[in-house]
Amino acid sequence: MKYINRGNIATKEGFGKGLLKAGTSNDQIIALGADITASVGINYFADKFPSRFLSLGIAEQNCIGVAAGLGLSGKIPVFSTYGVFAALRTTDQIRISLCYNNVHAIIGGAHAGISVGPDGATHQALEDLAIMRSLPNMTVLSPCDATQTEQALIAAVEKLNSPVYLRFGRAPVPDFIPDEFNFTPGKAQTLIEGNDLTLAATGHMVWEAIQSANMLKQKGINARVLNIHTIKPIDKDAIIKAAKETGKIVTLEEHQTHGGFGSAVAEIVSQHAPCPVKMIGINNCFGESGEPEELMLKYGLKAEVFTEAIVKFYIDKVTP
Amino acid sequence: MHQKINSVGELESIANSIRKNILKSLSEAGSGHSGGSLGLTDVFTALYFNILNHDPEKPDWNERDRLILSIGHVAPVLYATLAEAGYFPVSELMTLRKLGSRLQGHPGRDHGLPGLELSAGSLGQGLSVAVGMALADKLDKKNRYTFCICGDGELQEGSIWEAAMSASHYKLNNLITIIDRNYLQIDGKTEDVMKLEPLQDKWTSFGWAVLECDGNNIEEFISTIEKAKQSENFPSLVIAHTLMGKGIKSIENNYQWHGKAPSKEELETFLKELE
Repeated sequence: MKYINRGNIATKEGFGKGLLKAGTSNDQIIALGADITASVGINYFADKFPSRFLSLGIAEQNCIGVAAGLGLSGKIPVFSTYGVFAALRTTDQIRISLCYNNVHAIIGGAHAGISVGPDGATHQALEDLAIMRSLPNMTVLSPCDATQTEQALIAAVEKLNSPVYLRFGRAPVPDFIPDEFNFTPGKAQTLIEGNDLTLAATGHMVWEAIQSANMLKQKGINARVLNIHTIKPIDKDAIIKAAKETGKIVTLEEHQTHGGFGSAVAEIVSQHAPCPVKMIGINNCFGESGEPEELMLKYGLKAEVFTEAIVKFYIDKVTP
Repeated sequence: MHQKINSVGELESIANSIRKNILKSLSEAGSGHSGGSLGLTDVFTALYFNILNHDPEKPDWNERDRLILSIGHVAPVLYATLAEAGYFPVSELMTLRKLGSRLQGHPGRDHGLPGLELSAGSLGQGLSVAVGMALADKLDKKNRYTFCICGDGELQEGSIWEAAMSASHYKLNNLITIIDRNYLQIDGKTEDVMKLEPLQDKWTSFGWAVLECDGNNIEEFISTIEKAKQSENFPSLVIAHTLMGKGIKSIENNYQWHGKAPSKEELETFLKELE
């Protein structure tokens, strides 16, 4: 199947539109803002439903507690700020006030990944998936494009009933997921069939995985591409199937390789269907300033940079 | 709805019974926080037997006043009060902190204890949750109160002041916060560990209506809450001056009893002291 880029759109736009849609059909949704409302996409909802938008200032810890209180009162709170603050500054509040109380609340982790760009390392969330996926009761979503981010927000509101961390980015990226692809939390999408090896990707890296699969095809390697948009609970069956049928798995994430998506895949593979796994992502370092595209290239997250290593991994009989 | 008791003598006798049950449950558990639990017993008695609109028969009654205990470590006083009010059998207090118990060391809703509003224990979080609850009631135009009990040492957490700002920003006059002002924390006196004074000025400047009272005088506490309910535009703060360990001379004002439970021998002596 061919995937067409309908045009580059930031995934935060999908979050914003999803929130507006969900908020239109469900008047229990309350949006919480921590000063950067427009830059995380809450502004559409805030403009349309001012009485259901709560401005809480630059006070993320309080935002999480307030979300818990709203959720325990029957509201569905949706809070968003940059992932570094949403997930990391507030980890203890998320752990106790949200997760231990098992409150249905949605935390939007904006500006995720190195493609945040010129703001530099302080604002590039590269550890959020690792921390969020370690918390009991938490669901972690990492959709691949604006269309899917919109679907993910709506699913988080309508289909889930527990804390949700929904990760998205700032840079405009290809919007390609066909409209007819339904978003089911916990269910991976096989975007390209293939049995030589598997490219398991999440978030922005899904588009790169498709590009890489096309390049591999030129070399006679048929790669399977899995879009794993739910990091927790992860689609165990799809991963085991890929390990058994293709024998090798490459994980791709815009996140530290330790503790994040690659680790989640390796946990399944090592216990249920051992096979070589190669992890592509950020390798134990902070990011830096630069244009999104420059950073993705420098940190080895573009298909044209990492595909060669995948070819070597495929050919190599023993060492991953 | 739970029958409100107005007789101070009767309330004091209930408080006495709760104190005994706190000590018994802590002694049986072999660990836990005696000092703060005893110090807050009069506040809890006043709340659950006079102030709060609640119904032990219907813990989830959606018009109930809600009480958020931010300092989860004084769970023994919450549990003993809930049992006394009829949420669950008093005998269950003897399972405190034991494997499989609904009475977790710090409150955990996942264990299904009736009457428990919030799992809490990490300091500095309860007030934010209470703000969220009070905001939800404002949005729903519900006429009920959210109460939040914070410790004085807990006010050293920065997140408390984020919550304090937001409560006054949204004019949450349906939120009443009670500070357990006993001047002690684990390392010693609050003013030595990290100075909190001038406490009243701090809260006033954050936009709260501040009241002070003797938190071990049930009558005074009840009338102070009545005043707090008159606030039209501000959230209310009640600085309840309490004596840590109130009722047991050797525990009173002794910070070493912050996180300690009485031995079997101590329990016998203490129970006699409460006769």
